[in-house]
Amino acid sequence: MSALIDEKRNGALKGERTVWKKLWRRWDTRLCLLTVGIYCLAATYGEGVYQYYRAADQTAPYNAVHESCRYVPPAFVRVLTGTPAVAGCSLYPLGSDNLGRDVFQRLVQGTRIAFHVGIITSLIAIPLGVILGCLGGYFGGRVDSLVVWLCATVASMPGLLFILAIAMVVGQGLLGVYLGIGLTTWVSVCRNVRGEVIKHRGRAYVQAAQVLGYSHARIMFRHILPNVTHIILIAFSIRFPASVATEVFISFLGIGVQGEPSWGIMINNARLRLWQGVWWEMTFVTLAIFALVLAFNHLADALRDLLDPALRTEQV
Amino acid sequence: MKRYVIRRLLEMVPTTLGVLVLTFLLFHVVGGSPAEVVLGKNATAEALATFDARYGYDKPLLCGNWTAIRALGAFPGGRLERRGETGLSHVPIAYALPAGTYRINAGRVLLGLRESATGAADEAMVDGPAPLTFAVREGWKVSTLDVGGPLPATLRLQKKTDGFLDSQFIRYGRALLTGDFGVSTEHNLPVTRVLKAGVGPSLSLTVPILVGGTLVGVMLGLMCAAWRGGAADKVVLVLSTVLMSVNYVVWVLAGQFLLAFKLRLFPIWGFESFAYLVLPVLIGIVSGLGRDVRFFRAAILDEVYKPYVRTAQAKGLSGGRIMVRHVLRNSLIPIVTYISLSIPFLFTGSLMLESFFGIPGLGNVSLNAIHSSDMAVVRAVVILGALLYQGVNLVTDLCYAWLDPRVRLG
Repeated sequence: MSALIDEKRNGALKGERTVWKKLWRRWDTRLCLLTVGIYCLAATYGEGVYQYYRAADQTAPYNAVHESCRYVPPAFVRVLTGTPAVAGCSLYPLGSDNLGRDVFQRLVQGTRIAFHVGIITSLIAIPLGVILGCLGGYFGGRVDSLVVWLCATVASMPGLLFILAIAMVVGQGLLGVYLGIGLTTWVSVCRNVRGEVIKHRGRAYVQAAQVLGYSHARIMFRHILPNVTHIILIAFSIRFPASVATEVFISFLGIGVQGEPSWGIMINNARLRLWQGVWWEMTFVTLAIFALVLAFNHLADALRDLLDPALRTEQV
Repeated sequence: MKRYVIRRLLEMVPTTLGVLVLTFLLFHVVGGSPAEVVLGKNATAEALATFDARYGYDKPLLCGNWTAIRALGAFPGGRLERRGETGLSHVPIAYALPAGTYRINAGRVLLGLRESATGAADEAMVDGPAPLTFAVREGWKVSTLDVGGPLPATLRLQKKTDGFLDSQFIRYGRALLTGDFGVSTEHNLPVTRVLKAGVGPSLSLTVPILVGGTLVGVMLGLMCAAWRGGAADKVVLVLSTVLMSVNYVVWVLAGQFLLAFKLRLFPIWGFESFAYLVLPVLIGIVSGLGRDVRFFRAAILDEVYKPYVRTAQAKGLSGGRIMVRHVLRNSLIPIVTYISLSIPFLFTGSLMLESFFGIPGLGNVSLNAIHSSDMAVVRAVVILGALLYQGVNLVTDLCYAWLDPRVRLG
């Protein structure tokens, strides 16, 4: 009996390992994986810089104002056009903004915040959706009705406005953004997990575990859950870029993070200078967001094709 | 059919209740005091209390005969200093208590009363086991409060409500049932009037986006499905993923900067004539196109390999006729579902487009309300959006039966 259960579980795990191999073998998905890897490194580095200057209680270099170095074009543009370097200014690989702050370093910090938002909102939404979906799908009956009711209620709220309302009510700063996005986006995860658990509920290995007298929690989370992990993986690959995009929008409106260079804040800042011909800040922020979101979207597609062709492109 | 509609309407009741409870929790419980949010931290207790009384925030949340008031809040009774031969302690109150019935958890109180109209002063002493209840007559106010007897660790002063069910939640539910969404604290107008003014501009923006986006999306989807695997299909697929990955903010800014500012094709900002709507509608269509095309293509591809398509081909029908008359008709159910999901947003408007192009629609109204913490308006738009979503869901299910005679309702 337990051999049957182990076999089932190992099968699921092995399937996942080959998925990574398959993703690595294709050139397009390999490029996406590499891109995401680079962003991960940037975010980790950004976190290190942030924590270092916070512990030392100094103004971090990405927030340091250099009045004499305002609107310095990117380094490669200066080389191409032969503009002489302004005396006393640092390199500015991607130029400087209206206060002489380094766009490149601010982009790295923006990556840090984007990863915070992407990861923390997923850590709120996915466990919530998985647990509720497992409970509803496994027990059925009243528990299921309750889960379905919760899903229907939250799903009927008007998405972005509800997120903004939560962020407003919780207060300014990132906590409101985390909670706003996290507490509204678990519904699709919950529905998918619930559907899958219902399929597994009647299978032989679940019946075997029930005959062995295992507890409901053990059957749900140790036996069924490993078989639906592909849904979690797909959900993460969809949720992450969506959360990043939403955060950009919220900080752009001035409701999200304060005082830290989030991508949304950088866009809002750059938008005002765009009319004066300062194109670099806008261009590079846009490209940074675009590359990360594109890489994640493409990975999500590939993962979905590999793991669960039946899943439809879902609404965010 | 009739029975099905009635059943579905009944099923909407728990969800609607859920929406009410959720919005209530969000705006009345999590959000803290709306008075403090609107009036700021430096407002006097009296101003806060007036605000509370005006908008009904001084009632208990769910139910109860007594409600806490701001005049005293929780006051450390043990630290009060006893003065004079009366042995009473003076309790500072933030403002004069208006008429009503009050309860205090002390054994003896001395009230300094003042008549509002004439300025006549009076005193009253109440004795008894704690908590004491005292009533203030109409036209009088309590200006000073002294307490005696054995004092509790924290002194609590509460006001009697009009009834056990005279609570914020009941009032809120009743007001919503009668279509009363309260008063906007920013505009000082009934919320319904603020919202009514925004519906027209919102619809004039979102309806063209929905219609145009759907037409273009379905056409591209059909094209991809017809030449599936071909060059056109691949290009559209790659492009749609790229389109999906461009941030909404970027679409708006790029459109405004390049098309309106640099090329001067459209007016940049405002809501005066039809020309002002062209650019936002264009941006709305393009930004949603990637997701739409991918969905429509997948929905149509689900049908393309079915046997009836082969039959139609064997009969010698043209490719275009098969795609439009046979395949499209059969893939309409997922497409209608997909489109119906965006109908509630027709009314709540597009936050981003409206605020950026200065279109005075519902999206603009709600964004302004969020910035100025105008809870009543935000709450109303959230609830209306949720109710519309459910209504549209019902209509969509009815559409299934019309689109596909095999679907039996009931």
